[in-house]
Amino acid sequence: MNKTFLIYKHEFRLAIKRAGYIILTLAVPVLALLAIGIIQLVSSLSETQENQLVHIGYVDEPGLVGEAVDEGYARFIPYNSKEEANQALGTYQISTYFIIPDDYLSSAVLQRYTLENENTTSPAMAGMIKRFLSVNMLSDKISPELMNLVVSPLNMQVNRVTAQGEEAIEQMSFANVLIPGIFSLLLSLSLMFGVIALVNSLGEEKESRLIEVLFSSVSVRQLLIGKLLALGLAGLIQVLFWLISAPLILQLASSLFGGFLSAIEIPSSFILLGTLYFILGYLLFAVLSIGVGAITPTAREGGQLSMIYVMLSFVPLWFATLLFMFPNGAFSVLLTLFPITAPIQNMLRLGVTEIPLWQILLSIGLLVLSIILGLYFSIKIFRIYMLMHGKRPGMKTLIKHFRST
Amino acid sequence: MTAVSISHLHKSYNGKPAVEDLSFDVNPGELLGLIGPNGAGKSTTIKILLDFLKPDSGEVSIFGEPMHETLKNQIGYLPEERGLYKRLKAIDQILYFSSLKGMDPSKAAEKADLLLRQTGMLESKQKKIKDMSKGMGQIIQFIVTVIHDPQLIILDEPFSGLDPVNTEMMKNFISRLRDEGKAIILSTHQMNQVEELCDRVLMINHGREVLYGDLQEIKGDYKEHSVRIDVDGEIGKLEGVIHQKSNKGITELALAPETTPQHILDQLKEKGRTINHFEIKKPSLNDIFLHLAGNNHE
Repeated sequence: MNKTFLIYKHEFRLAIKRAGYIILTLAVPVLALLAIGIIQLVSSLSETQENQLVHIGYVDEPGLVGEAVDEGYARFIPYNSKEEANQALGTYQISTYFIIPDDYLSSAVLQRYTLENENTTSPAMAGMIKRFLSVNMLSDKISPELMNLVVSPLNMQVNRVTAQGEEAIEQMSFANVLIPGIFSLLLSLSLMFGVIALVNSLGEEKESRLIEVLFSSVSVRQLLIGKLLALGLAGLIQVLFWLISAPLILQLASSLFGGFLSAIEIPSSFILLGTLYFILGYLLFAVLSIGVGAITPTAREGGQLSMIYVMLSFVPLWFATLLFMFPNGAFSVLLTLFPITAPIQNMLRLGVTEIPLWQILLSIGLLVLSIILGLYFSIKIFRIYMLMHGKRPGMKTLIKHFRST
Repeated sequence: MTAVSISHLHKSYNGKPAVEDLSFDVNPGELLGLIGPNGAGKSTTIKILLDFLKPDSGEVSIFGEPMHETLKNQIGYLPEERGLYKRLKAIDQILYFSSLKGMDPSKAAEKADLLLRQTGMLESKQKKIKDMSKGMGQIIQFIVTVIHDPQLIILDEPFSGLDPVNTEMMKNFISRLRDEGKAIILSTHQMNQVEELCDRVLMINHGREVLYGDLQEIKGDYKEHSVRIDVDGEIGKLEGVIHQKSNKGITELALAPETTPQHILDQLKEKGRTINHFEIKKPSLNDIFLHLAGNNHE
């Protein structure tokens, strides 16, 4: 059997048996389901609370309200005087009361009384009182349609159009940004764990001299390509597992909550390009990790050094706000084309805008070129430093050794 | 055909020579002891032999060919330190490495069981290396080295971490492999191990050959003119003895050039002493090395 395949098989088994890999792969859908469960629990609890009517008292000194109408989850109870209202509050018949003073129309100031230690009125409470006052003060003066507008005047929807003025196929929405955003985060996590695993594995093999036993049987190329393929496949399985579980979780979530979740669709372009960027990102980082694993004498030092490019790959996440504001700005395009930031950046950007085809092709081309060059140099570095057990070489020494080979 | 042939090997690191003009051969059915103190150049020589390092100059051939990938299946290498996956079971480890040497999985499993049984490790085959003692790990490493029936075996400090019983078992194993016609290179700084096992020795120091040849011939060449004796009572003054020293009941007598050991024996008989031990002293490899290293130093 081909030795590269044997190494690939062995390394793949080791990779998928790693506790970190199993936990991360399963944790994402499990956490998503857990989050759905928690949201449902919280909403059912608040529903129960909402079903219990809030009793709010009021004293209408100028007689503005007239015959009051119950509003939503609150029952408004009129009192003739502050003393009466106070008594009701003290005996817990009401949870709070407010006084509409004589000068309310000119001052717009209300006094609210409560047994709780509250600094400000909660938005929910303020909303209920505001609605109660609007409805009861204006009901006989304006039409019900106008009343609805007064109570809720702004429901804005944004529509994306093409330069020709036609409606764009993909409309920007929070739902559309959500999935790419989540997948960018997952890719970051997966890349980080993958890099750590590879650097650790190479470091351990070097430290324990296992590398010598391996190289007495296989070539550097066979070992490294076997490792790369195994890690790549393990990463791919991970992302496919997430991609497959995502629609099921979304379906479950939207059936429970409806709303914007039901509007979420994972476009096929995102699945295709996202998977491609994921694989390329994984391979690039694996190739870089081989170089790092070769020049560092211990797994620990390798892990520390690899954090430089792992952190660099997170730049799109740090500047996500800027990306959302200017998805086609120069900085955004730069991150799209720079191979280390390209995988995460483009996943995020796919959700925000339509990336021009030339940028996608160029970024993929640059990524592939970086992987090929990275693999070539990493194998070379590995050949020079595979048996090194001392201090990490400086850049000067590295260049000198490179030239001599 | 010669199993290993190395001629005029040179290798230096940052201008500092690690191996200088080293030449030697190893034949099938022969056990060559590669000896020398730490840092002598033994490991560098082995790494060049296995193609881990490229020499600055010189020729290396394995079974008449320059080293290439397919030749690796005919080589078994036991590194100085444990080269095993700590979290993997012994049997999985053995089978994985045997597959990398091109062995058929079912044959490898059969041979693994046989070797594990012969080394008394069969019950530990499902144990992970991290749960084994250093000695047990070394035996697994040895099995990994020889399972594919290599024609050339390179052992770097194979007795490290072994107790006396396992050391003896390993020595017998190595002797048997030599008798089966394998070419074996045993690298160590423990010269007494080499004296017991090796046919020929290559002693190196500071990367250079200090001594190379048949072990018995070398020992004959460096034979000292002295005897070691243990007698009842006082030895007294003996004719033809230049110097004598005693340690734990054994007295070592340095003889004058014209004095023979027989003459000393005769004198002791005449004195009526009971002789418990009489030995013509042969130098150990260690003595020879110290002698040569001293000369070299001068």
